[in-house]
Amino acid sequence: MKVLMFGWEFPPHISGGLGTACYGLVKGMAHHKQDLIFVVPKLWGDEDPLAEFVNASDVEIDYRERRFRDIWKNLTYLEVSSFLIPYLSPEEYHNHTERLLKDQDELESSVLANKFTFSGKYGKDLILEVSRYALVAAQIAKNKEFDLIHAHDWLSFPAGIAAKQMSGKPLIAHVHATEFDRSGQTVNQRVYDIERAGMEAADKIIAVSQLTKNTIVAKYGIPEEKVTVVHNAVLDTSIIKSKEEKKVPEKIVTFLGRITFQKGPEYFVEAAHKVIKKDENVRFVMAGSGDLLNRMILRVAELRIGTKFHFTGFLKGDDVDKMFALSDVYVMPSVSEPFGISPLEAVRHNTPVIISKQSGVAEVLQNAVKVDFWDIDAMADAIFALLHYNGISKMFKEMGREELKKLKWEHVAKKVIDIYKQTVNQ
Amino acid sequence: MRTICFYFQVHQPYRLKPYRFFEIGDDHDYWDDYSNRNIMKKVAKKCYLPMNQLLLELIRKYQGKFKVCFSISGTILDQMEAYAPEVLHSFQELVATGHVELLNETYSHSLCALKSESEFKDMVHLHQEKIKQYFNGYTPKVFRNTELIYSDSIGEMVAKMGFDGILSEGAKHILGWKSPNFVYVNANEPKLKVLLKNFRLSDDIAFRFGETKWSDYPLTTDKFMGWLNQVPGEDEVINLFMDYETFGEHQWKETGIFEFMRHLPEAVFNQTNFSFSTPSEVIANASPVGKIHVPIPISWADEERDLTAWLGNDLQDEAFDRLFELEGRVKKSKDPAIHRDWRYLQTSDHFYYMCTKFFSDGDIHAYFSPYESPYEAFINYMNVLSDFILRLKQDEKDAVSG
Repeated sequence: MKVLMFGWEFPPHISGGLGTACYGLVKGMAHHKQDLIFVVPKLWGDEDPLAEFVNASDVEIDYRERRFRDIWKNLTYLEVSSFLIPYLSPEEYHNHTERLLKDQDELESSVLANKFTFSGKYGKDLILEVSRYALVAAQIAKNKEFDLIHAHDWLSFPAGIAAKQMSGKPLIAHVHATEFDRSGQTVNQRVYDIERAGMEAADKIIAVSQLTKNTIVAKYGIPEEKVTVVHNAVLDTSIIKSKEEKKVPEKIVTFLGRITFQKGPEYFVEAAHKVIKKDENVRFVMAGSGDLLNRMILRVAELRIGTKFHFTGFLKGDDVDKMFALSDVYVMPSVSEPFGISPLEAVRHNTPVIISKQSGVAEVLQNAVKVDFWDIDAMADAIFALLHYNGISKMFKEMGREELKKLKWEHVAKKVIDIYKQTVNQ
Repeated sequence: MRTICFYFQVHQPYRLKPYRFFEIGDDHDYWDDYSNRNIMKKVAKKCYLPMNQLLLELIRKYQGKFKVCFSISGTILDQMEAYAPEVLHSFQELVATGHVELLNETYSHSLCALKSESEFKDMVHLHQEKIKQYFNGYTPKVFRNTELIYSDSIGEMVAKMGFDGILSEGAKHILGWKSPNFVYVNANEPKLKVLLKNFRLSDDIAFRFGETKWSDYPLTTDKFMGWLNQVPGEDEVINLFMDYETFGEHQWKETGIFEFMRHLPEAVFNQTNFSFSTPSEVIANASPVGKIHVPIPISWADEERDLTAWLGNDLQDEAFDRLFELEGRVKKSKDPAIHRDWRYLQTSDHFYYMCTKFFSDGDIHAYFSPYESPYEAFINYMNVLSDFILRLKQDEKDAVSG
């Protein structure tokens, strides 16, 4: 059996969690020798495992693994952006697409032209790229032999639908996040429509958590039996022994992620305020960037906790590991998180975690404190407990480690392959 | 009496280096030596050295009939010593002519007058000592508070410390129908004379001189003499107060600012009945016309002439309050580095960078800030302050065990 898979990004050039999840899944598939064609809008050329071999310190992109390297050869990449119109600067691209959007005829001629530049990013011309991607998908479906189509999130749903139309092969829609997670109640109608069309056209839907499945059923009107929950995993389940030494005497409680509505940063600030009032010996860190950053800074100043609450700005690579390693407690107060991989990263660093009940990861991680994102009293209480009552934090560390070992992508891939088999045999 | 009183503020802050959360508890060196040195050297070349040279020539040429007054902050004196001793020498040469008055201020260009009388006194004395040390025992008689911040109660403190006079802003909302061109006295301590900036004529030079869109551009000495001659005959003193960096730094050499100043004294002597005086001379020779009431502090900044450039938003207030609540603990410390850093952290510029008044005076704020946003300025400052607090704690522990 051969699978035609559509993604949107692939490490190392990723800006969201989708690329990481796809990478994990592809790696897991390789473990089971699953024949796979993986399509992304733009390849950068450095996806080659050998080229990245030197940069082995980054655990997310682990090309060292022999098994993976061997089977990598079996993967067929199709770089759909290899035929390009001449390079355009961002301004030119903007003007170009601005003009196109004004003139529908011209838009069509652009989408239908035999060459098109994909940015492969999440820019303002996303929908245009998404629809163009679908056309390319149809072409690929025509050229290639395969038994089943697998598409990740709305960006590649039109591609999946097109490939299904072209080939008549069954389609699996994999939902990593919905528009309700990204935008709260102010959904983008076009995105919602694409998501819904993809779910309806699919023969089977995979949701990354029960939470996401509930959304799919409740908000998109999809029959429950069509949706299977397959939780994500972690690329590397090994425990990271840190050499990082803490330089402040206080305990450190960390929020790490985009500072946006979805991640619930304000609840972290309010809970921090409550803890600081009771406990001298603690510092809070908000690591990351986002449209609510300035508002959070102002709130911290307003609450007069500026010498105990710190901001690092956007962190990358080593600094992320460093931040996890220095943390005594990790908090993910997401308002809506389909899965949420970062608490598992914290566990890898032996850091006990507090996660919101509104996150998919709460379904797989038992050894964590779970609170409602809005319940700042419970959150403050849990922070205080993990900082002061060694029994519970010690237990979380030890048992979290054991739990982590079970969260492997090869297990995920196995479940997905089972779904493939059911779907093809239906 | 009809006289012009020039006062120039000479100041540079110790800017903080980018200080990240990861450095708290480890790195106790907060100052951006590289940019502090570079800025000092750049401004020395563009402004301090050429302007000092020009003033020296003018003072010599008119044999004391032309005179000026400076207030030189302690933080810039420290930086001159470290990075540009030739600037210090040129100021010493100017003061040695006997026709240059020096004012007393707070050592680190601090806002402490608004918060702590004890720290204010300490800062004033420190600055006094520094001036004495560098300028051959010179002891200032007149005071200027940071950013010309003044209120009745600040004036009272200054009077109690024995000063004859203080400089401030001729803010419209405190003067009302009154003119800034007279000497006033403090509302509570009438022995303290108050000199108020004539902001129109001062800002014509300091802010508008090189502004090509200004209807009076270009400003020539003849034009300026015309304006001086329009000042009502009974007015006694025109206080032209401005940053010294006006010359060559805010107004580039290419605007002709140096030539304007070179010809100004001669034009004043030939075309008007004005003389030049230092603040002490003004105080000695003019009789005060009345009390000036300033219940709420004023400053020389922005359209409002209030404190909102430095204090008032949550970022600024949080940083300021956290810093000053350490006073008692800092004063118990025997570590001179702790005293120095705490004082450098008081410099008003740090709070100015946190100003969020983007839409009215934001332009000028942005020009003077090394940060991209007031939020970044706040984060950096608070990281440093957090480390400082840890150091202070350690110092207290060492003192107990030692």
